[in-house]
Amino acid sequence: MTANAQTPSQAHASITSPWVQVCKVNDLVPGSGVAALVLGQQIALFYLPDEQGLSASKRVYALANQDPASGANVMARGILGDIRGEAVVAAPLYKHHFSLETGRCLEDDHWQVTVWPARIVDGKVEIEWV
Amino acid sequence: MTPQTTHTNASAQRQLVIIGNGMVGHHAAMSFLDACQGKADWAIHIVGEETYSAYDRVHLSDYFQGKTHADLALGTGDEYREHGIHTHLGVAARRIDRDAKTVALADDTVLPYDALILATGSYPFVPPIPGHNLPSCLVYRTLDDLDAIRNAASDGSVGVVIGGGLLGLEAANALKSLGLDTHVIEFAPQLMPVQLDADAGTLLRDKIQALGVQVHVSTATQSITADEQGRTVLAFADADPLVCDVVVFSAGIRPQDALARDAGLTLGERGGVTINNQCQTSDPAIYAVGEVALWNNAIFGLVAPGYRMAETAAAHLAGTDASFTGADMSTKLKLLGVDVGSIGDAHARSAGAVTYRYSNERSGVYRKLVTSADGSRLLGAILVGDNSLYDTLLQYYLNDITLPKEPDSLILPSSEGVPQLGVDALPDTATLCSCLNVTKGDVVGAIDGGCCSLGEVKAETRASSGCGGCAAMLTHVVNATLEARGVEVDHSLCEHFHYTRQELFHLVQVGQIKTFDALVREHGQGLGCDICKPTVASILASCWNEGVLEPAHVNLQDTNDTFLANMQKDGTYSVVPRIAGGEITADKLIVIGEVAKEYDLYTKITGGQRVDLFGAQLHQLPEIWTRLIDAGFETGQAYGKSVRTVKSCVGSTWCRYGQQDSVGMAILLENRYKGLRAPHKLKFAVSGCTRECAEAQSKDIGVIATEHGWNLYVCGNGGMKPRHADLFATDLDDVTLIKTIDRLLMFYIKTADRLQRTARWMENLEGGLDYLKDVILNDSLHLNIELEQQMARIVESYQCEWKAVLDDPEKLKRFRTFVNSDSADSNVVFVKEREQIRPARDDEKARLIATT
Repeated sequence: MTANAQTPSQAHASITSPWVQVCKVNDLVPGSGVAALVLGQQIALFYLPDEQGLSASKRVYALANQDPASGANVMARGILGDIRGEAVVAAPLYKHHFSLETGRCLEDDHWQVTVWPARIVDGKVEIEWV
Repeated sequence: MTPQTTHTNASAQRQLVIIGNGMVGHHAAMSFLDACQGKADWAIHIVGEETYSAYDRVHLSDYFQGKTHADLALGTGDEYREHGIHTHLGVAARRIDRDAKTVALADDTVLPYDALILATGSYPFVPPIPGHNLPSCLVYRTLDDLDAIRNAASDGSVGVVIGGGLLGLEAANALKSLGLDTHVIEFAPQLMPVQLDADAGTLLRDKIQALGVQVHVSTATQSITADEQGRTVLAFADADPLVCDVVVFSAGIRPQDALARDAGLTLGERGGVTINNQCQTSDPAIYAVGEVALWNNAIFGLVAPGYRMAETAAAHLAGTDASFTGADMSTKLKLLGVDVGSIGDAHARSAGAVTYRYSNERSGVYRKLVTSADGSRLLGAILVGDNSLYDTLLQYYLNDITLPKEPDSLILPSSEGVPQLGVDALPDTATLCSCLNVTKGDVVGAIDGGCCSLGEVKAETRASSGCGGCAAMLTHVVNATLEARGVEVDHSLCEHFHYTRQELFHLVQVGQIKTFDALVREHGQGLGCDICKPTVASILASCWNEGVLEPAHVNLQDTNDTFLANMQKDGTYSVVPRIAGGEITADKLIVIGEVAKEYDLYTKITGGQRVDLFGAQLHQLPEIWTRLIDAGFETGQAYGKSVRTVKSCVGSTWCRYGQQDSVGMAILLENRYKGLRAPHKLKFAVSGCTRECAEAQSKDIGVIATEHGWNLYVCGNGGMKPRHADLFATDLDDVTLIKTIDRLLMFYIKTADRLQRTARWMENLEGGLDYLKDVILNDSLHLNIELEQQMARIVESYQCEWKAVLDDPEKLKRFRTFVNSDSADSNVVFVKEREQIRPARDDEKARLIATT
């Protein structure tokens, strides 16, 4: 397949799942989080650049910025780490841990925050708007 | 789709209908799912009269502290759907037809059943006082009731609760939290007459009155009327009338048994649906559980027995053997902040019962034991003012454990603290966690099954995941059992480092390690977490004093350290400039005022003699600090585990009693140790004479002036567990005082555990105070030169962290609310209270956002 040959199914995919450009990689803080505003939605972006063997899409994570425990938009200001190998952010007010991959809360099954697929393309951070 | 197709499964599946979606009805549904282990041959319908799904009624008063239904909810609609439970909420069950085996609902739905569980609970009893049905007369049971109370309170100032029992006091707490001037009216001569004796009731009344709630005992309400102003007037037999705006009845509960009565089920003489040990009513296809059920002629008005009934009914229905054989009605609670506990036969009504009492009016503590005639068995107990003995006494009571020879030794004050019941004395049947019904045998079984830590035992047994009140007892049993088996109890900081903080400090210093990454590479594993990262950051700061926002350290810090401000509940920050010794010029005060005015910040004087400015958003912090630093302020480090303030009294400069210049010394000390990172925050104070106006003896470092110099006190604190500081050295001159403090602080920083305050640190040192004096004053470890040098390096390398940020565009980049927008966080909403801002509560926010 050549670079500009677009099959109908690819065209379809790009319509239903657009990738939205959010910010530059330089706006991210290695090993930590920042918040961004996308279409009125507050999103926490986390950046783990030093992990070896991970593809670019695995190094940046996008979660809802609202912490379900406090209702405050503070998720981006939590500490990153891992619990039994699962990459997590600890929400800064009440310290619940949320999986960066799935948004699952490790302490309380009731709480699940939205996650968006995220990637870095040409120095730009993009999330898939689903 | 035709109606027939929706019912194709119905004939194959049996139908369970649960009437009542309160805590117990919800628990019945969940217990039945558990008991069936996913066998899908039952369809479950749950019917609830309230529009809300089941919520935690025990913590109802939290609703007024800003919690919502979602916070209190026990299960969500989605969860019910996921488990295939059909919900019918906001609709009452109207009639049970036992012949046709159907339940008719108010919306004309007819639900067929093979089995029916009644969990309709109870309703509040409203005594037929004339006027009891005025609009201002309410009850305290549901969230709708609470909304009604809040509405009635919104333009009122006085609230009255009729009934001084357990629920009445909870209701009083709720009224007080709404800002009402609150009264409790009790017909009996004391509060909580069911659970407490007269002395305990009197003490409880005194304590509650001291908290601003007015208690009227031996008072009978004769009538309730409305006056011309629309306020409500209560008239009493022997007292002046009381004018109020809200009346809440809390005069007991009655079983909600009307449906059962109409269906012809057997009821008790005074109501309640009679059940057998399997919780079946007189119709074996119908069960009753919770406060509607009458077992052995008793109604159980607590949630735990209701849960046990729900589990019994569910198990029996699923074909397992189960019996409900009564429940312990002992209670432990905090009413308006006052500890109250009542166990078993609190009133000593058993034949031959012997009573022991301890009462301390000064500290407001009352304890009573009721024992068997020979003093060997505990029959009951009452505690007011301090519940720390409750867990131990409850174990004696529930398990019939032999009491010590002198039973009163259990309730007398002792220097060794609370007597711990030996783990060996507990039988395997002893319940440790009453919320989830976990016994000592379950815990030992989990350890036999391979659990090697507290966390694993909790995960396996779910113990301590309810109210959490059993945590101390559980830890004790787990550690003692593990140690008895020769298992070394793990003191690791977290899963990433198998070292204590002290060991890590040593590794950092000896290995000259400068970054977290290097430390985790050489001595740990994984990415780290929110426990080890800030701990290591603090160690690195204490050892090398590099700025916490240097690129290598920035991602290790708690948000407060990252943004050099204190995050509040709504995600905004408070700002505290340093005001050393509490001394400030008029010009600087004006600058603080101007900044607060310009950014509309809430302003409050702190206990450490400085000013806290609340309500700043992330992007405003650099602008605010530019103003403050231009005016000569420095960061107050209120956000750090570091030296906070040195409080002082005005001293010999102005005070006629002053012996030394306490303000001068306070400023000297605060400027010397500002920026010092420690395992926990550190507070200092300097008093100018023995009158001690600066309260130095409640601080980590307290200095009190004498005629000849300074007395040094160490390791005191206020807070959750206050401790008086110990006198460490007397009549020191300025230089010796500072040298001594240098050594002591550095020794603390090097050897204390994570988040260990100086008091606990000293208590845990083998040899305690005497050992510490030996090390610091006599140099018994030959460490002093080193300790002084290390402190000197830290003092020399101090820099104001805020100044460093403002000078560095890269660091400033982090202080943006959004990286891709200049907008502010639209979810931060304030309202005015007492002429200043405060965060809006959820309901206020919803209103404000709706109207804009």
